Amino acid sequence: MATEAANGAEHAEEGGLVFHPMDQFIVKPLFGDGPVGMFTITNVTLWMALTILCIFALLVLGSSSRSLVPGRIQSIAELAYGFIRKMVEDVAGKDALPYFPYIMTLFMFIVFSNFLGLLPGSFTTTSHIGVTAVLAMAVFLTVTILGFVKHGAGFLSLFWISAAPLPLRPILALIEVISYFVRPVSHSIRLAGNMMAGHAVIKVFAAFAPMILISAGIGLVVTPLSIVAITAIYALEMLVAFIQAYVFTILTCVYLKDALHPHH
Amino acid sequence: MASETHETVSACVDNTGGAVGMPQLCPDWMGNQIFWLVVTLIVIFFILSRLALPRIAAVLAERQGTITNDLAAAEDLKAKASEAEEAYNKALADARAEAQNIIAATKADIKAELDEATAKADAEIAAKAAEGEKKISEIRASAMESVKDVAEATAKELVAVLGIKADDKTISNAVQTRVKG
Repeated sequence: MATEAANGAEHAEEGGLVFHPMDQFIVKPLFGDGPVGMFTITNVTLWMALTILCIFALLVLGSSSRSLVPGRIQSIAELAYGFIRKMVEDVAGKDALPYFPYIMTLFMFIVFSNFLGLLPGSFTTTSHIGVTAVLAMAVFLTVTILGFVKHGAGFLSLFWISAAPLPLRPILALIEVISYFVRPVSHSIRLAGNMMAGHAVIKVFAAFAPMILISAGIGLVVTPLSIVAITAIYALEMLVAFIQAYVFTILTCVYLKDALHPHH
Repeated sequence: MASETHETVSACVDNTGGAVGMPQLCPDWMGNQIFWLVVTLIVIFFILSRLALPRIAAVLAERQGTITNDLAAAEDLKAKASEAEEAYNKALADARAEAQNIIAATKADIKAELDEATAKADAEIAAKAAEGEKKISEIRASAMESVKDVAEATAKELVAVLGIKADDKTISNAVQTRVKG
């Protein structure tokens, strides 16, 4: 009740402008409006399914003609394939290529979720910590387990920097261990934070846009300004959507490299 | 009423349907998100590893193969072309050499014929000259004979006129000696 009162007061203060920048992130059931259980079909389900459809359309339907001289969609599919494959090979090494499908899965999911999230009125699945944390933890656990399976206790040499002077090594080891365990946190918060911030800012500017309906004087300045700002932020977000997917993927490759070659 | 909706839907949504705090951190929804995320990732992984990636890899490999083959074929054709050019040049040189030979042979033939013709002509000329000479000498001989005859007759007449008796034989011998001497 207190929140409601505060909201009411806030609305009154803004003189009719409605600010709900966070409402776009609410998870709600697609059918009916009961509570959100684990298996409830929600807007999360819808947008993830659309992600799958887009990936299927691009990579499977796009390459279905198997043309020697590719068409537009096949070119994009081949470009995406070559881009990630080269990244895996360059960053993590040739022996990381068996893990290429996993990394491709992560990249395609994130990049399509980010771009679908930019459609007006959509739901951005990757803006939620719950989603990105699972992605990051999956990478973290896979990489850690892989490291121990491949190298046994030798994987721990990742933390023991033999290039440093002996007295410094325990201190460095402590720092390395901490930074190792912080990886999944930064990995997930970076993606979710970037997605959330941009969308919220667009929403805030969007709330300013109808100012002209309330006060013609201020609105004459504020409305065009906020529309320009929305456009600019939207363009920036297009860039961020790709860059964050790229960053997430390349960091995954870097971590994978640590697991495959722990010796500095 | 309001607080009831609040309880049933989620702790993260207020009774007007607005978000409370950051919906991204709402623990009520995490299970749902994680479940659907795992399903989505598994589906994408199978689509990629079973369908998309092998197909794209095959297409790329095929293209690479075609390009390599085409390049090899081009290299082949280039070698063939240079071979053909070499053969052409060789044929040209051969033809030139042959032409030179033919020219030389023809020249030699012509020279031989010419020489033969010259020799023949020389021989003929020589024969004709010899014949002419012979005729001239015959004429000369006959002229001599005539001169002797005339001289004999004249001598006989002169002797007769002078009143000296002389037989023909002596006169003839005397004239003969004179003419010769």
